[in-house]
Amino acid sequence: MVKFHVKEASGALREIEVPTDMNLNLMEVLKASEYEIEAACGGMALCATCHIEVLEGIGKLNPRTDAELDMLDTLPVVLSNSRLACQIKVTEDLNDVVLRLNNS
Amino acid sequence: MIRTDICIIGAGPVGLFAVFEAGLLKMRCHLVDVLPQIGGQLTEIYPKKPIYDIPGYPEIKAHELIDNLAKQIEPFKPTFSLGERVTHVIRNEDGGFEVKTSDNTSITCKVIVIAGGLGCFEPRKPEIADLDRFEGKGVLYFVKNPDQFKDKRLVVTGGGDSALDWTIHLASIAKHLTLVHRNETFRGAPDSAEKVFALAEAGKIDLLLNTNLQAVSGNGHLKAISLVDKKNETKTIEADFLIPLFGLSPKLGPISEWGLKLDKNAIEVNTFDYSTNVEGIYAIGDINTYPGKLKLILSGFHEAALMAQSAFKFVYPNQKLSFKYTTVNGVNAF
Repeated sequence: MVKFHVKEASGALREIEVPTDMNLNLMEVLKASEYEIEAACGGMALCATCHIEVLEGIGKLNPRTDAELDMLDTLPVVLSNSRLACQIKVTEDLNDVVLRLNNS
Repeated sequence: MIRTDICIIGAGPVGLFAVFEAGLLKMRCHLVDVLPQIGGQLTEIYPKKPIYDIPGYPEIKAHELIDNLAKQIEPFKPTFSLGERVTHVIRNEDGGFEVKTSDNTSITCKVIVIAGGLGCFEPRKPEIADLDRFEGKGVLYFVKNPDQFKDKRLVVTGGGDSALDWTIHLASIAKHLTLVHRNETFRGAPDSAEKVFALAEAGKIDLLLNTNLQAVSGNGHLKAISLVDKKNETKTIEADFLIPLFGLSPKLGPISEWGLKLDKNAIEVNTFDYSTNVEGIYAIGDINTYPGKLKLILSGFHEAALMAQSAFKFVYPNQKLSFKYTTVNGVNAF
């Protein structure tokens, strides 16, 4: 199991705990946690509708691939901590990470 | 004015297959889609991706599935309004509907089938104050009529294929063109990027890399655009038009205003026939929801078949429907 936090619109931190052995990606976990994530392409890094900002712990995550960077580039606003949630694997690396949804 | 039996909103795989199922029952279809081409997200988002769960196809590329569906429905002569968004749905006195689009197309039909997938693809908009004030007054998200830029000063922003392609195309039309991109390199097709760099070197366009939009200003119509680069230096350039090209993002759009029962961003349907709470309006494919719903193309195909059987009563109220297999009856073209 791994625990991470989502900073919600209200500013509150919500703790989410998920298993690491189910081959999940972060987009799937956020969707299952009832967050409004379109994930139009279903996790292929082809639509940029699961844009998140990693507020703490970005260095621990698997790095951005070319495909992810390509898609992020199509967004009007990209920050240095921008990621596509579907490209982040749910592993122990997610422990203590804090993130925020970016629905722009 | 277009007259048809069924107006299908959304020309993705499920909307296309609905034409086939309706056609077998002698019902004619007109399709409306906000995208300029058929295929929905399969052609817009992942045309070259293989799909592995279409029955009978161990593997098929998304665009090939759309090509095949287009061929399959050809005998039933569907008609299309592409690049148009449905804005209004009005109930007629005879129980049918009047469907109106953003281009003022009017479609009279007996049944509406919403096969809208994720909703309308809408342009992603940069987060800049007052940008919406200049929409249609200098700020455009689509290029429909390139000639309007003749003798005008134009700013294009973005780094993908559409930003590159339009820059190359419009460089020879506009009086002056500036391409603004936040990075140093382009992620669009390499030969398009080369052409853009060549245009910049030849002095045909201004290329501003590592630069972001900051503000827009004008008096009724767009007049100037402020930019900021990575060193935090700002500058303002005069412009008649700004075209931000940051791709498309799906939104439910006007569908949410038609009195349909919604659950989150999906339309609730009765699994008996995939009808909505409004008589004569059906919803099939990714846009609907019901207990156990799976967003799969094959589920949408099944929903299309049951919808057609049910819609028959609105198109031919005095006829009894007898179910026939295509192996027995063949496909009888219109």
